[in-house]
Amino acid sequence: MDTTLVQRIAAHPSYRELKARRTSFGWWLTAAMMVVYYGFILLVAFNKPLLASRLGEGVMTLGMPIGLGVIVFTVVITALYVRRANSDFDRLSDEVVQAVAATAPSVKGASK
Amino acid sequence: MAGKLLVGLTLAAAAGIVLAAGADLGQAEKQAVNWTAIGMFGAFVAFTLWITKWAAAKTKSAADFYTGGGGITGFQNGLAIAGDYMSAASFLGISAAVMASGFDGLIFSIGFLVGWPVVTFLLAERLRNLGKFTFADVAAFRFQQTPVRMFAASGTLVVVAFYLIAQMVGAGQLIKLLFGLEYWIAVVIVGGLMMVYVLFGGMTATTWVQIIKAIMLLGGATFMAVMVMAQFGFSPEAMFAKAVEIKTGIAASAGKSPEEAAKAGFSIMGPGGFVKDPISAISFGMALMFGTAGLPHILMRFFTVPNAKEARKSVLWATTWIGYFYILTFIIGFGAITFVLTNPQFLDAKGGLLGGNNMAAIHLANAVGGNVFLGFISAVAFATILAVVAGLTLSGASAVSHDLYATVIKGGKADAKAELRVSKITTVCLGIIAVLLGIAFEKQNIAFMVSLAFAIAASANFPVLLMSVLWKGCTTKGVVIGGFLGLVSSVALTIVSPAVWEVTLGNPKGSAWFPYASPALFSMTIGFVGIWLFSVLDGSKRAQVDKAGFLAQQVRSETGIGASGASGH
Repeated sequence: MDTTLVQRIAAHPSYRELKARRTSFGWWLTAAMMVVYYGFILLVAFNKPLLASRLGEGVMTLGMPIGLGVIVFTVVITALYVRRANSDFDRLSDEVVQAVAATAPSVKGASK
Repeated sequence: MAGKLLVGLTLAAAAGIVLAAGADLGQAEKQAVNWTAIGMFGAFVAFTLWITKWAAAKTKSAADFYTGGGGITGFQNGLAIAGDYMSAASFLGISAAVMASGFDGLIFSIGFLVGWPVVTFLLAERLRNLGKFTFADVAAFRFQQTPVRMFAASGTLVVVAFYLIAQMVGAGQLIKLLFGLEYWIAVVIVGGLMMVYVLFGGMTATTWVQIIKAIMLLGGATFMAVMVMAQFGFSPEAMFAKAVEIKTGIAASAGKSPEEAAKAGFSIMGPGGFVKDPISAISFGMALMFGTAGLPHILMRFFTVPNAKEARKSVLWATTWIGYFYILTFIIGFGAITFVLTNPQFLDAKGGLLGGNNMAAIHLANAVGGNVFLGFISAVAFATILAVVAGLTLSGASAVSHDLYATVIKGGKADAKAELRVSKITTVCLGIIAVLLGIAFEKQNIAFMVSLAFAIAASANFPVLLMSVLWKGCTTKGVVIGGFLGLVSSVALTIVSPAVWEVTLGNPKGSAWFPYASPALFSMTIGFVGIWLFSVLDGSKRAQVDKAGFLAQQVRSETGIGASGASGH
């Protein structure tokens, strides 16, 4: 890619929006995942009795749904990102590719 | 030995993070030759060799060899990633850990899962848009090629070597146990088959071996979990209650008072000794979380899909399957408490498991599905090792042929045929080295090796990738010095940690200089700070070029414009 093309893309509003949105969304979700996982680890390290406390009459403890919850959260948060990327980010990225392709036909997008 | 070893492979049985499972494992005796298992495994091998033959016809160019031509779908790649990641050690080791200490096994398996979202959010798409064959393509994108490639190839080969030795030794021990074959024969079979897959079928064959293995493992584990749950009317409460009752009974018969026994029985429902000091726990968690994002054989899988969209889909599928798998191993572990620990058929004179604790899932297979299913699960365990070692070998071979030979030695002007030839020669060399090391390490305690591989990946490969992709101020000097600092510090701190210094090298207890179970918290910091510091201090001409190249790299990483598309179609 030549420098003028790069600069034209970089200046395109859809590109700026894409970059800003994806980066901040990615970091927010990363932070959320870290809070949940290290929160869980710290709970294990500092409050074992809480996790081992019984929920009802039976043997079920609070730790079980929390542990399972971390696994489910991991999958769900990944799905959340992919869903947003499939709609939002891909649309913006397509806009950039089309805008560029209109003036530089040799450019082919790899985002689709 | 095998018992100790396998749990160790996954459990990083080091000071601070010690699971009870590691403590009481018996010697792994060679079992009687199991013909059902061998027959099932033979069928798997025949099928995968047939696939390799088909893949070989399609594997002509270097792109075919490294990435299967880049035409694998997100769903297929997701299964293959899961197949690459779910090792025999995690299947047998985690179910054994759950059987031994319940909830602690769950804490452990969660660590292996939480890295995947980070891969998705920060790396997967950008990797696909920037790279072609190896993660070094991405790390070296705007930098001076030779030094960065040399670092990336070292990072790859070191991680692959530790991971591979762990798998080979695990394979030998496991097969001795399951099939009744000699250790060295087992290691030679694994080495030979993996060479055939990679050599002739390249990435296409490796991918399909991993996909088939993932389906077999997920299918077999699902069957076991459903059979266990069915016994309890699909009520987790009923299953847990029975497990607590059995554990209480075992504690009581070991001479404990009723109160103590009840306490011991109930201990499986909450955290136990897994997390002793918070620093070890966090450091170990960081190695697992960020190590996943720096494993070269996993990163390489993102180049097999045609575009960024399929790359992100593959991680979602992989995360889903791996998460599901860890839920299954948890149920299987509790199933082993209720069906295996209560059945004298599976126990030795002292009440331990025949063949060691790692046989938990294997005995459970026998208990819920009879001898034929036992054979099936044994064959799955073997197939699992094959799939993992094939992926590792391919990744190591690519680092040598694509990064070292084609880029460093030939200055990027290597003939494609010659490059392919170098990767094939490297595959053979790696196969032979893996077999020799596997035999050499038979009697060694190598429990630290997998956790070391994760720690290195987290401290060297991951910081370099992340900083080079996302930080404009990053320079050649920064990534090379910082990356090597991360690499060296993670290896050095591991050597002076209790797991190696005391357990493996036999120094007196308490003499280890580094008291924690994993170096990642410190070595990752060293890696990141090193990259930052040496980039900031870098006033060279090259640094100007490196920074000037950021915009073009960023545009391509975000949009995919200019990325190498699905080639070879």
